[in-house]
Amino acid sequence: MTVSIADWFKETANWVFILLAIPTLLGAWRTVTSNNIVRSVLYLVVSLGGAAAMFLSLGAAFVGWTVVLVYIGAVIILFLIGIMITRAPLGMKAELSHASNVRMPAALLSLSMFVLVAWGLIDAFSNTAIEPFEPTPTSDIANLIFSRFVVPFEVVSIVLLAALIGGIALARRDDGGGA
Amino acid sequence: MTVVQFALVGTALFSLGLYGVITRKNAVLVLASVELMLAAVNINLVAFDVYLQDPLYSGQIFSLFIIALAAAEVGIGIAIILMIYRNRQSADVDELKAMRG
Amino acid sequence: MHLLASFASQIILAAEEHGGEAGHAAEPGITSGVLVEWAWLIVVVPLVAAFLIAFFGAKSKFKGWLMAWLSIGFVAVYGTVLFVMNATEGVLYSGHVNIATIGSFELEWGWMVDGLSIMMYFLVGVVGFLVFTYAKGYMEGDVRFTWFFVSFSLFAGGMLVLVSAPNLIQLIVGWELVGVASYLLIGHYWEDFANVDAANKAFMVNKVADAALFIGAIIMALSVQSFRFDDIIDVVVHGEAGPLSQYAFWAGLMIFIGAMGKSAQFPLHVWLPDAMAGPTPVSALMHAATMVTAGVYLLGRLFPFYIDVSGLFGGDVRNIIIVIGGLTLFLTGFLAIVQDDIKKVLAYSTVSQLGYMVAAMGAGAYTAGLFHLFTHAFFKALLFLGAGSVIHAVHSNNMSDMGGLRKYMPRTFWTFVVGTLALIGIFPFAGFFSKDEILASMQYAGAHGQGVANFILVLGILGAFVTAFYMTRAVALTFFGEYKGHGEPHESGPWMTWPLIGLGVFAAIGGWVNIPGVYTGFTEWLATRNPLTGMGDHHAESFNWPLVFITSGIVILSVVIGWRIYGKDAETQAERDSFRIGGLWPLWQNLYFIDEFYMRGIVRPIKGAIAQAVLWFDMRVIDGVVNGIGLGAIKVADGVRSADEYVVDGVYNATGAATGASGGVLRRTFTGRIQQYAAFSFVGVIVIAVLFIVL
Repeated sequence: MTVSIADWFKETANWVFILLAIPTLLGAWRTVTSNNIVRSVLYLVVSLGGAAAMFLSLGAAFVGWTVVLVYIGAVIILFLIGIMITRAPLGMKAELSHASNVRMPAALLSLSMFVLVAWGLIDAFSNTAIEPFEPTPTSDIANLIFSRFVVPFEVVSIVLLAALIGGIALARRDDGGGA
Repeated sequence: MTVVQFALVGTALFSLGLYGVITRKNAVLVLASVELMLAAVNINLVAFDVYLQDPLYSGQIFSLFIIALAAAEVGIGIAIILMIYRNRQSADVDELKAMRG
Repeated sequence: MHLLASFASQIILAAEEHGGEAGHAAEPGITSGVLVEWAWLIVVVPLVAAFLIAFFGAKSKFKGWLMAWLSIGFVAVYGTVLFVMNATEGVLYSGHVNIATIGSFELEWGWMVDGLSIMMYFLVGVVGFLVFTYAKGYMEGDVRFTWFFVSFSLFAGGMLVLVSAPNLIQLIVGWELVGVASYLLIGHYWEDFANVDAANKAFMVNKVADAALFIGAIIMALSVQSFRFDDIIDVVVHGEAGPLSQYAFWAGLMIFIGAMGKSAQFPLHVWLPDAMAGPTPVSALMHAATMVTAGVYLLGRLFPFYIDVSGLFGGDVRNIIIVIGGLTLFLTGFLAIVQDDIKKVLAYSTVSQLGYMVAAMGAGAYTAGLFHLFTHAFFKALLFLGAGSVIHAVHSNNMSDMGGLRKYMPRTFWTFVVGTLALIGIFPFAGFFSKDEILASMQYAGAHGQGVANFILVLGILGAFVTAFYMTRAVALTFFGEYKGHGEPHESGPWMTWPLIGLGVFAAIGGWVNIPGVYTGFTEWLATRNPLTGMGDHHAESFNWPLVFITSGIVILSVVIGWRIYGKDAETQAERDSFRIGGLWPLWQNLYFIDEFYMRGIVRPIKGAIAQAVLWFDMRVIDGVVNGIGLGAIKVADGVRSADEYVVDGVYNATGAATGASGGVLRRTFTGRIQQYAAFSFVGVIVIAVLFIVL
């Protein structure tokens, strides 16, 4: 099933998509370019929030809310704590990025990456429509995780445990004082 | 809706994240850029999962796994940055040249 | 407390439910009851003890030894009770608890209580109990006394997990537990790098075999759609052609390779002599009841598969098994002759005896193989503990530092002699009956269609000669002649001598449970109680008299020859060395032409040529292969590193030089190295993608 450009703009869902895509991309853009470190991380919130909303619009409610909870709730806090503890330069500072002689080739690289993949995607899928869909029932995902995907699930749990132990081992002071 | 529109947003996010990873000097911001790239991957996974109408919801479930791993990665990453900061009084990636071959 | 109670009730429910399933075996005379149903305690108690000792052992009474001793004592008592029950009424039971259901796959933890596993419970319990008792005396004052008993309990517990397993998964769990515990125990004195190397070697060799076992188990489980032994044997017994018969050869071979590793079969035996680096009680337990018996046990557990009555399954593997067993028993016996370290003599001896067991399994002699396992456990543990007692007194492993110890250590001496007589198979000690049974089975198999068994029979008889020879040598050099070490050796304390006496009793009379034509209880306990384990077993109904006389005659001849060479000349170190040096004392040599005849006619061909050749093969070829693999890995790593150094850096430097020459724009691009790598990798991705598109 294909969609012509004119039909595409008639669909309300697509306007919602545009409204979500713009802040997502702008947030991402400011995340990687902002010269204020705290703002940069807060823009990341905007971008990830946009991504989460996109998941919701696709019907993947559980994934969307997980992104909100895990990323926006926990990971961003971690970032902010990291910034505070490492006493990163707060306020407007010009030295968060490398100089333009790094930025230009990097921009070139990213752009060519984007063009290449975008070209491939358009070539392959052009205007293939997504079928009308039902929101994914969370109970289905739960059942699948604990049956079909139980092994990856266990592996992930072990990785998380290892990360927990590793994080503690890395972050604790070895000065032996112990107070 | 088309599948390609989501895929394109994902690609754009990925490229922006790549740009950030290469250009950012502060290690925390490098990590943030990596998070952008992972979010891009998740968008792709979920979009194609919906497109393929997978009865097993593989894409969504694996995006959940990626979220879990990304959280672990950030935790470890921040811990490493803390340790580097403690040793060098700086979180600039420029300082980390010990991996020189 | 609620949790515990509900867990217990769940176990009982599951057991009852399963009891119904296993009901088809509930024939008259087969009993079960609360004792049988609670047999899982045998497995759990040592493991719990290991944990408790790890956490509270150092502060408890006797620094954790008491806990370990009581737990293994519990196993010994429980095992004996089950053994007696099985002997008088017969026991057949299999319980399980469902741990997790993953899709259609059920992960189960269970406990088999049938003739085969009861024999192992009994062995691990009784031998383990005596060894643990002995270890109290032997390890006294050791730096890591408590830790030793943690690993030791884990070792016994792992073996019990293995032998109680009703499915392949649990068996592999126990298999690996035993492997890990053995690693800890062999490397107990890790301050010395040689011991660490030995532990690593044991672990590596076992891992190679374990990989094969794992592959075999997966092939088998996938083709039967079940990990349970019952289901696998069921398919075999019904002789259904299907996936299992299609992949039977590879499944059987892979599982046998796994058994070869644990049971130290040629050419995977190289780890076992090195495993002597551990404390002597470890060697005793490892060589007798745990670890090395695991492979033979596994062959016994899957015996109907290998015996292959229907001709569809592992019958082809059987000939491989008998040949490997035969080669092992024959070749490794010679290695024991040239050793000076008393523990290594016994170690090669164990390898050789394991060869007998495996060969018996390959010949279709289920009872004979397991019977030898049973008797061997007692006398080999006895010999090791005796050797440990000697080492404890002399403070050296080398027999050149010993001699004349019979005067100083009478109890050790007499028990060691009993163990020796049992090992070489002198009537009426234990080894006589089991070895004779194996040889009789070989003869039977050779006469009934398995031609290669005739050849192995000859090797087996020659092996008996070699066995008697090196044991005579060991006894002569250790206990006769004059003492050559330092200080005044003294008999070990009661903690060490009483276990020797206990094992000595078993070594003397342990074979009487299976005398062909007189009393064959052992056969009955193992083979006929559970119709699924002993199927296709051939058991000798009466003595094969010509064979008995030939073997006994050869053994006695060997003892006489050995005594002539080592008994009289063991007076001093110098005289004994004269055999090796030769021609140093011409006059003396002229006085003993007979000795020279022995030396030229027997000792040198055996000791000089064959044994050295085998030792050479062992050390150069097999160790060479192992070392070669290690070296290869190092070379590869070096190659990667130089590729990294020269190629990658070269490319980087070349890029730098080129761009530096052309204005240095690109070179200044990459200031942060990690990010530079990331950028490079993505450049690579793009290049590859473009290449794919273009091509």
